[in-house]
Amino acid sequence: MDLEYHIISTLVEDKPGVLQKVAGLFNRRGFNIDSITVGKSEIEGLSRMVISVHADKKGLEQVTKQLNKLVDVIKIKDITKNAVKRELCLIKVSVPNEKARAEIMQYSNIFRAKILDVTEETLVIELTGDKQKINAFISLLENYGIKKIARTGLTAMARGV
Amino acid sequence: MRGGEAIIESLKNMGVKTIFGYPGGQTIPFYDMLYDSELDHILVRHEQCAAHAADGYARASGKVGVCLATSGPGATNLVTGIATAYMDSSPIIAITGQVPTHLIGNDAFQEADIIGITMPITKHSFQPKNPDLIPSIIKSSFEIAATGRPGPILIDVPKEVQEGELSKFDDSIIDTPGYNPTIKGNIKQIKKARDLIRESKKPMILAGAGVIISNACSELKKLSDTIDAPVMTSLLGKGAIDENDDMALGMLGMHGRKVSNDYVNESDLLIAVGIRFSDRTTGRLDSFVPDTKVIHIDIDPAEIGKNVDVDLPIVGDAKNVLSSLNKILKDYEVSDDVKSWANMIKQKKQDLLPRVTYDDIPLKPQTVIKEISEVLTPESILTTDVGQNQMWAAHFYNTQKPRKFISSGGLGTMGFGFPSAIGAKVACPDDPVVSINGDGGFLMVCQELATVREYDIPVIAVVLENRTLGMVYQWQSLLYNERHSQTLLGNSPDFVKLAESFGVNAVKITKPGETKEALSSAIKDNEPILLNVVIDSEEALPMLPPGAGINEMIGDYKLEKDVI
Repeated sequence: MDLEYHIISTLVEDKPGVLQKVAGLFNRRGFNIDSITVGKSEIEGLSRMVISVHADKKGLEQVTKQLNKLVDVIKIKDITKNAVKRELCLIKVSVPNEKARAEIMQYSNIFRAKILDVTEETLVIELTGDKQKINAFISLLENYGIKKIARTGLTAMARGV
Repeated sequence: MRGGEAIIESLKNMGVKTIFGYPGGQTIPFYDMLYDSELDHILVRHEQCAAHAADGYARASGKVGVCLATSGPGATNLVTGIATAYMDSSPIIAITGQVPTHLIGNDAFQEADIIGITMPITKHSFQPKNPDLIPSIIKSSFEIAATGRPGPILIDVPKEVQEGELSKFDDSIIDTPGYNPTIKGNIKQIKKARDLIRESKKPMILAGAGVIISNACSELKKLSDTIDAPVMTSLLGKGAIDENDDMALGMLGMHGRKVSNDYVNESDLLIAVGIRFSDRTTGRLDSFVPDTKVIHIDIDPAEIGKNVDVDLPIVGDAKNVLSSLNKILKDYEVSDDVKSWANMIKQKKQDLLPRVTYDDIPLKPQTVIKEISEVLTPESILTTDVGQNQMWAAHFYNTQKPRKFISSGGLGTMGFGFPSAIGAKVACPDDPVVSINGDGGFLMVCQELATVREYDIPVIAVVLENRTLGMVYQWQSLLYNERHSQTLLGNSPDFVKLAESFGVNAVKITKPGETKEALSSAIKDNEPILLNVVIDSEEALPMLPPGAGINEMIGDYKLEKDVI
């Protein structure tokens, strides 16, 4: 089974249980969802759900059709090929000394990250970007000792009209 | 008006006369209100049978069946019945009681997250948070259950919602922008289908339950007549065409008729209608119609291309698509090639009719089904349980009309036959209803003998007694070196005494001719009865072993023409 990376954008009713139903359909096929993000959409009462998943073509086609059958799912689109993608990441990093603090702040500038919280021993940094950028930043900070990472998972939108 | 009364009123507005249910702590308010209402309620003896009865009602009548259970264990007992209905696209509405809203999530007594549990086996579900929502939810549930590809709906009603007063009775349909089944077939695709039919020299039709559900049987027959195509069916497609018709070949699949299994791959065009190509229908996929063009007509786009690769998909309601197709096939002329193909198949059908004539003792199941066939009218309803009994019935019984053969196909639920017959009889009180069961499955639901007795529901329960779990026994005999692990049932119970203890008459049958006689008088008496038929435990229907292609049946397929 050849697994490919896909980003699926869906418009769903903003109701309890919808997330569970959508996730359940992927689960039944044995697909592990990389990330799923949900939030209110431009239409009242509807949420947009962005799912990134590794799946084989035939299996994904079947899941897409099954998703379409859910009464709570209004629209569904595979936007893998033509999408702007972003993820937000919060990182709490140790600051062993003043030299480290200066270096971390420099890296943050280069990556256009924001410092949200400062203590004598730690910094909390916010970074937005695609997966590669965030992974690169995290690997730079690993040298100082990462205490916590919280990532939102990918959200995405098709380009153009 | 209170919530429970709103349920009753809404059900009455939707034309419901009878519901099947079992009370419990969280449905006491509803049952109290039912006490004063005109809605008929049949008290089953296990909730699973309420769901199966509602399912049998739905399949026999084409209307939505309704069942009801309390929260927690009552609701979880419905699960098998809901899953059965889901797999076979049967429109039922299951109403469950739920603990009061303020207790939900507290692990309250008899609390279960039944909406969560049934999510993968329902078409949709609702939980009214206040009584005002009940009329809309019930009306919408009927709409969703019965339209498109039908399926079960669950409505979970917290106790205080049943008791609360409505501020108004508003039953406007809930807006569901995500639900728009495609009914009308794309005319461009239908024209392409016509072109494929014109090119075909050896067309065949495969009809599934979708043909019956959409009431498209006369359109199907017309298509078959116009283009001279023989018709095979799936298990649940039985009744889509009169199986006594020369062009009706019978069931295709694991236990299919030899003529269907042998010749399906010889067709050059397979027109599949309202069918989902289950593994039990196709056998191994890469040897199913490898050189045949396939047109697949189905209302559910998710079924198209799921199992069998399709040359021409048409999404739409079978009746709609077939009548459009028939219209543009008006000027179709049957070519000599097609004529000779059709004549050849017709002849093969006669040559390959399965043997049903035996005079053996212990009785052959073929004899039993044959005698049942001789007594039953085309209007009679036959329900089956699951296993050998089901396959014997499906294989040897010629169903003549739609909605007259009722069986659990997709889920294969043992214990379905008897309670679904109760539902079918309630739906069609004027038609004889016979359920064919094995001794294993019947014992799973035998408590419903009390139901048929108490409500005088004259269902005829045939129990084929071979003291084995026959289908598994058969697999063990053929594929597991005759190691009959846990498939011998022993001598208990005595089914005649069992029935009699419920006040239901019973007859023990051991010889040829007795089934016919007992069944005729049972139909005349119009009383519930159990026919305990002792059969040969070694009789097995030829089958496709797992992983075999459709034309690779094993076992000796005995032919009627060889009877001397």
